[in-house]
Amino acid sequence: MMRFDLADGGLRALNAALHALPPDTNETEWEVLNPKGAHAIAVGLDAPIEVTVRGSAGYYLAGMNKRATVRVTGSAGPGVAENMMSGTVIVEGDASQYAGATGRGGLLVIKGNAASRCGISMKGIDIVVHGNVGHMSAFMAQKGNLVVLGDAGEALGDSIYEARLFVRGRVRSLGADCIEKEMRPEHLALLEDLLRRGLAEGKARPEEFRRYGSARRLYNFHIDNASAY
Amino acid sequence: MCGIVGLFLKDPALEPELGRMLATMLVTLSDRGPDSAGIAIYGRRPEGTARITLRSEDPAHDFGALAADLTAALGSPVEVIRRDTHAVVELDADLVEAARAEVGRLRPAVKVMGVGQAIEIYKEVGLPKSVADRFGLAAMAGTHGIGHTRMATESAVTTMGAHPFSTGPDQCLVHNGSLSNHNAVRRQLIRAGMTFETENDTEVAAAFLTHRMDEGASLGQAMADMLTGLDGFYTFVVGTRDGFAVLRDPIACKPAVMAETDAYVAFGSEFRALADLPGIEGARVWEPEPATVYSWERAA
Repeated sequence: MMRFDLADGGLRALNAALHALPPDTNETEWEVLNPKGAHAIAVGLDAPIEVTVRGSAGYYLAGMNKRATVRVTGSAGPGVAENMMSGTVIVEGDASQYAGATGRGGLLVIKGNAASRCGISMKGIDIVVHGNVGHMSAFMAQKGNLVVLGDAGEALGDSIYEARLFVRGRVRSLGADCIEKEMRPEHLALLEDLLRRGLAEGKARPEEFRRYGSARRLYNFHIDNASAY
Repeated sequence: MCGIVGLFLKDPALEPELGRMLATMLVTLSDRGPDSAGIAIYGRRPEGTARITLRSEDPAHDFGALAADLTAALGSPVEVIRRDTHAVVELDADLVEAARAEVGRLRPAVKVMGVGQAIEIYKEVGLPKSVADRFGLAAMAGTHGIGHTRMATESAVTTMGAHPFSTGPDQCLVHNGSLSNHNAVRRQLIRAGMTFETENDTEVAAAFLTHRMDEGASLGQAMADMLTGLDGFYTFVVGTRDGFAVLRDPIACKPAVMAETDAYVAFGSEFRALADLPGIEGARVWEPEPATVYSWERAA
């Protein structure tokens, strides 16, 4: 276990040490102490390591993550796991606005609530929120899955493309071109897998969710032309 | 971008520490706004007394002479306590209006920053650390306080354009964001008899609140009216003699984190500002919801 105290070493030294790790490093377990809401902790990682941040983080925790698993024991500020490519980010507390924004891949698990714009412009990431998400979540979401065990705020999935949204609780309102869709067996199977990977197994059952997605009336792409691309 | 901090104490044992805690919080957010900084601090003061916070552009201004001139003009002793470019005039509450008029007559260049039984306001151009040090913030005691560090967008980087803005007795408001209808609202408020010191959008928000409370609205009602009366981006933190309130606009782009324990309610633009508060590990920490008024009142 490698231990890094931000109160002594500072943020740049931490990120430089994490960036210097080769893909086959043996230093696979890291613990970060005294985050105290600092910005950009463990951003841009590209190694199969596990980083545990003890406390609460500020803006952009684990942004642009590749392959690493980053866990924060407290809450995360705006833009956690922004533009994540792969790997896993786990927030034990709450996440601030635009969690998982523009994420291309990987898994973001938020055990508390997420604020507004969760999964905005998501492009392939899977996001599992055990609590609620705020307004404008999955705005312009293009690809990937957003699972919400609690409620969703206003204008869920506004101007959505092809991401799938699963909400167990109440949706305050749907955004433009976002509609409820039929939950078919393949969606139940997908959801079962997402709940398991999202550490929510036993907290909720797939059949308790409703599925939302694009009505495909708003954007120019026409599904009948899909084979042309 | 701007940084806001606020601390409303529930446990009187912390009151001697208010300034020290507030200074730490404010300095932590320096990179959210390096232009200018300010604080409003509320203390326990005897009923029937008042304080006028004054500020002179001239750092060598002789506030002692002003005290003597005011004592002579009012026929009643006034005390003046100088802090850097500011000075607090302590006097009987029923002499406030006369004293304001005399300050305007005797020292036209001296600005009134705030008036009230409990409030003192200090603000200057510069980094939060330098502003806090110049005024000796860390040594100030009080019941609650609000601090702001500014990155100017809507008006010039001047002391008068710094926050907090105080437009009514014991009231102050700080703002992170920008208002888009402030010119129209300012014109309406001027017609209603309000006066303005600056071209700043935040001063309009403060005056809007003062005007609604003058009309009889409670702090909570007046803040709820801001949701329909003001257009733009905002997180507001407001202080009154016994109260503390927070409001975010319905879009809520501007960050806000709050923490509450048995000992205090704290506000920070970011969690960083709250990280060193006593008992923060066990505090309830949350983000205020959009378009929702949060307010706390101290039993008088």
